[in-house]
Amino acid sequence: MTGGFPQHAAGHVPVLRLGDVLLVTLQGDLHDSAAEQLQQDIGEAIAAHRSRGVVIDVSGVEIVDSFLGRVLAEIAAKAELLAAQTVVAGMRPAVAITMVELGLTLPGLRTALTAEEAVRGFGGTDPVLRTARTRLGSP
Amino acid sequence: MPEQEAAEQHGVPEREIGDFLHRRREQIAQRWADETFFRSVFTVSREEAVDAGRTLVDALAQVAASGRVTDPEAAGFSQVREQLVRMCAARSRAGLTPSEVSRDVAALRPPVVDLLVAELRDAPEQRLRERSNLLTVLMGTLRVVVMEAALSENQALIDRQRMQLMEMATPVIKLWDGIVAVPLIGTLDSARSQVVMETLLESVVEQQAHFAILDITGVPTVDSLVAQHLMKTVAAARLMGAECVVSGIRPAIAQTIVHLGLDLGSVVTRASLADALAYALRKLGADIVPPSSHGAGER
Repeated sequence: MTGGFPQHAAGHVPVLRLGDVLLVTLQGDLHDSAAEQLQQDIGEAIAAHRSRGVVIDVSGVEIVDSFLGRVLAEIAAKAELLAAQTVVAGMRPAVAITMVELGLTLPGLRTALTAEEAVRGFGGTDPVLRTARTRLGSP
Repeated sequence: MPEQEAAEQHGVPEREIGDFLHRRREQIAQRWADETFFRSVFTVSREEAVDAGRTLVDALAQVAASGRVTDPEAAGFSQVREQLVRMCAARSRAGLTPSEVSRDVAALRPPVVDLLVAELRDAPEQRLRERSNLLTVLMGTLRVVVMEAALSENQALIDRQRMQLMEMATPVIKLWDGIVAVPLIGTLDSARSQVVMETLLESVVEQQAHFAILDITGVPTVDSLVAQHLMKTVAAARLMGAECVVSGIRPAIAQTIVHLGLDLGSVVTRASLADALAYALRKLGADIVPPSSHGAGER
């Protein structure tokens, strides 16, 4: 009956394709099943579209636990194996502090201020360099 | 028979002390007005000091009458507590330590005891000893009350100053588009570094800053705790997508860090704030060139 539209449980996280970058927006709680589904979706999407990067927008996440930290690290490791770079974007200060207090500094994971910047970063060499050049017209 | 009679005559010793204080109120207040504790606070007029003395005698008489001579929380003391706090504040403003204030209060005892001894000159020795002991206990309790007042005054002062320190601890400065800096001054404890971390990260979001510079020129010493706080701030900023630069590490501090065996390997460090700013600007794609190569006509 469903054909190309698989039925998803509540809390499902969609994976959007923007050119050769995948955009994932996390919001609120991420349950175990949803997290597992998300990892699988991302893996399949990278393989199907030969994406160069995965941008995970966490600006909607207000509460963090060690589980989310582990999920992010696992997604990054999986994407790495499929030759895609993962960027975590838009982390809130409170979330960042909690992550550090939990000892989850996510070494090796790239970060960006906003999702926009992270996506733009894949168009050129380095996200910081590109945005800066466009900005520095006036001091 | 004479013993029983004596017991009746004495009544309750505490009440007797209360009566004594009440009766001799004026004399005691006059004598106290000449003691340092009162004289140094009420410098304007002697009458004022005598007045304060009367209030204190009344309070003591009430405490004695209620029979709670050893209890600093007795109802009588609550009336004079405010006055005592004021007097203690005046004394500590004059630079006296709480123990010196305590000595001043202790000096209030002899005049009262002298009066009591004079009054009970003809009474049996046991009765005299009992009464003067009781009076001494009462004055000791007064001393405790005064000490409490002095300490609470000091505590209030410390709390006020701690608040002030917190307020001026963390100005976040925008140095350039996308570059913010925090000049840290003074000793960092965990409460302060928490505030620093929070305000810095907030401003990273607010200013959309790619670089955050932590300048520790004003931090006198760096120990493992401070270094740990710095590392935490750096890690948190990185998670948000900003890069943290630590600047202003003086040679002596660098030496200490090496001696402590702290690993700041993952942190970008620069000698001065200027160097850190130059580093951030270069990373942002801007270059600083001397005016000569810029063309003299432009300036």
